[in-house]
Amino acid sequence: MSAELISTDVLVIGGGLAGERCAIEAAAAGHDVLILSLVPPRRSHSCAAQGGMQAALGNCVKAAGDNTTLHFLDTVRGSDWGADQEVAQIFVEEAPVAVRELAHFGVPWTRVRGGKNSYVIKGERVEIEERIENDGLIMHRDFGGTAKWRACYAAAATGHAALYAVDSEVVRLGITVRDRTDAVELIHDGGRCWGAVARCLRTGRHFAVVAKATVIATGGYGRIYGQYTTNATINEGMGAAIALNTGIVPLGNMEAVQFHPTALAPSNILITEGSRGDGAYLLDKDLHRFMVDAEPEKQELASRDVVSRHMKQRMRDGMGVDTPYGPHLWLDLRHLGEQHLTTKLREVFEICRDFAGLNPAQDLIPVQPTQHYSMGGVRANKDGQAYNMAGLFVAGEASCWDMHGFNRLGGNSLAETVVAGRIVGRAVAGFAGAASLDVNTGVAFAAMQRAEQRAAEWLARTGPGPDVYTIRDAMGETMMSKVGIFRKGDELERAVTELRALLADCDKAVLRSKAPGMNPELTFALRLRNMLRLAYVTAKGALLRTESRGAHYRSDYPLRNDAEWLNRTLVRWAADAVEPEFSYEPVGEIDLPPGHRGYGSDERIEMRMSPDQYNADVYARQAEHGRLATSEAAGSRMRRGAWQEPV
Amino acid sequence: MSTKASTATRRLQFEIFRYNPEDPESVPQMQAYELDEAPYMSLYIALNRIRERQDPSLQFDFACRSAICGSCGMMVNGRPALGCRTLTSDLPELIRLHPLPVFKLIGDLSVDTGTWFRQMVETSEAWIHTERAFDPEAQEERMDDELAQAIYEGERCIECGCCVASCGVANVNAEFAGPAGLNRIARFMIDPRDERGAADWFEVVSSEDGVFGCLGMMACHDVCPKELPLLEVHAYLRRKILAARFAS
Repeated sequence: MSAELISTDVLVIGGGLAGERCAIEAAAAGHDVLILSLVPPRRSHSCAAQGGMQAALGNCVKAAGDNTTLHFLDTVRGSDWGADQEVAQIFVEEAPVAVRELAHFGVPWTRVRGGKNSYVIKGERVEIEERIENDGLIMHRDFGGTAKWRACYAAAATGHAALYAVDSEVVRLGITVRDRTDAVELIHDGGRCWGAVARCLRTGRHFAVVAKATVIATGGYGRIYGQYTTNATINEGMGAAIALNTGIVPLGNMEAVQFHPTALAPSNILITEGSRGDGAYLLDKDLHRFMVDAEPEKQELASRDVVSRHMKQRMRDGMGVDTPYGPHLWLDLRHLGEQHLTTKLREVFEICRDFAGLNPAQDLIPVQPTQHYSMGGVRANKDGQAYNMAGLFVAGEASCWDMHGFNRLGGNSLAETVVAGRIVGRAVAGFAGAASLDVNTGVAFAAMQRAEQRAAEWLARTGPGPDVYTIRDAMGETMMSKVGIFRKGDELERAVTELRALLADCDKAVLRSKAPGMNPELTFALRLRNMLRLAYVTAKGALLRTESRGAHYRSDYPLRNDAEWLNRTLVRWAADAVEPEFSYEPVGEIDLPPGHRGYGSDERIEMRMSPDQYNADVYARQAEHGRLATSEAAGSRMRRGAWQEPV
Repeated sequence: MSTKASTATRRLQFEIFRYNPEDPESVPQMQAYELDEAPYMSLYIALNRIRERQDPSLQFDFACRSAICGSCGMMVNGRPALGCRTLTSDLPELIRLHPLPVFKLIGDLSVDTGTWFRQMVETSEAWIHTERAFDPEAQEERMDDELAQAIYEGERCIECGCCVASCGVANVNAEFAGPAGLNRIARFMIDPRDERGAADWFEVVSSEDGVFGCLGMMACHDVCPKELPLLEVHAYLRRKILAARFAS
């Protein structure tokens, strides 16, 4: 086999919004950029984001007085104090610029209509006079866990519109994209990343890309939950997996997994939070709005972790609608009216019609909470530079940057993609500008040989053995039933045991197809072990974290424990090591002290030390865990005390 | 939930086009499979079931499985459609699947739409052309919401390729912009942020490879899974180009 070796300044793995926005930044700085993508970039999962992008523009009446401080407060509270507050601060300040830049790239944002507008707010239809002087500015809609209407949107296809605009910019700049390509192994020499080995999904052939700087922007790992996810089939977490396989780069907070309240039952296709933002209700089998009792203040618009738990509990209490696929609850959009549903929520209307045969203007929509977002990912510093591995960067959902902590707010991730793309892209451009490509190509060829050997081993294995899809289904069942919305020590123990057994099964699994070319079964088999490893560290991390924080809820440890667990889980696991190694670092410098989120439980175990004591050695301790130096000093972007300003 | 859930289980007969260009022994042919129908069974579910339980070598593309990403265009009983959105309950017992024509075949039902659409974007320069640099300090420029909605209407294309596959002209003229290409051009034409003038647009769409290459059969309008008003789009482009011609 003739080994193909390509070189470039910057390699971006992942052609979604984060990767492409990052690529634009690097290309604009004059670097040669190559994007590898599993699918044509416009088919990346960014396109499925529906409801909106959070940015504190404050353009409509219900957004009046909004500012970055309020956005910061919502984000940190939403994270249940798991976020890095400096990153949250950087994010809220950059989000308005990123959203306006998308307008410059061509996104048709929905705009403020000056004059009388009719909205549904907390169950009431109200008329609000939008200010004429704001006519034509970017409009906002309400989302969960926010003090103001803040989500900027293009109907219910915000991700689609943003992705097409950003990809157009990628084409304009002439950036090379190799689609149908799977990055399967990082090229590194133990402390410096030099690119990746990839497998072409047209031909099945491997090739190596050596680069001065490498960016992982491969999205989340929702598919470790099998079919119990809103995620696309391509969200298998391979970026996180190839970083984990180095044994050096840690993943952060893998147990922090978000469950979205409203996936269409039973297909698990997402129905945007924007539907509740625009006034939809959640109903139980008696058509009762249970969220009004559960969360009188925020009602259906508490944060996703809180709403999902109330829903799950409601179904456990026998108030769900029983079906052969299990129980579900109802989403009621009928009172929003057909006009609203076919314009501002058009994609929701189409999904209900096409996949459930229902008309949301007349019918109730069956929904259930389902895996949706990966707060965890490749741990990086505020520049997006991965821990312990110079030249490796990460952006978007693949990262644990970490502005979401243990629960992200709706609309914050879509904004994160372009914000992180801008910020990490600048860092990447700077790094690549100062670096030279003096890689020992032997390292690249050795990595390629390992990758080719893995494929050859799969094809050579014969005899009876489990098949890869059965193992995948078992993994999904284990994850959803035992590492789901409510978690418990004994169940998590069982999940870890089951996943361990599935890893052993995977080593014995046999392909039934030896077809040359990309071979879809081989393609999946090559990912399966990686997915099982991600599932394993997620379950094990959840078992070890004996508290409840954000989306990680332990029935046996129901309180948030700021005395012992105000930290971030890190896990390293070399490809050939038996067990992963867990360690814990401080979440970052604390400015807003831990407190009540404003929804959910107000009970918690308080910090024993003061924030000042906590902060005293934060950066030194993170450095011990592998945080590399940042272009600006650690903590330099904090706006200490700003949250106390009158708002 | 819906009346679409059938009570009696049908035994579906699939005939699927097979060809693996990477396999020297592979010859193009139709292959038969049988599958028990299940409630709400889409072609996404059916094809995965066939691959996972009967024939692991079968190639096809799905990603979002919710009619948003545009990966799964295929010929379903002779008509281009998104596989994920096509319910078997809406089809007869015999289901014939072919890859979309026009696009380069990758294998079985999988075709290379990515390369085609990237080329289309490059050829029509489907991006905002502007002399103005982005000012990160400035408030966004205003736009009337009606206009934003009109641009959004054209923006909804998911580049699945169904219209291109259905188009008689695109099937014989590889240079033809195709319905999706013309729609993309119209989307930028009505966007005031794009500073291209009548003469620039004339260049892009007036040739036989542009809107005047269209023979008006309008299958594209009928098959578009996003129900884009392609008829109106074509009429709009012809009007604009003719007006530009008379004005010059």
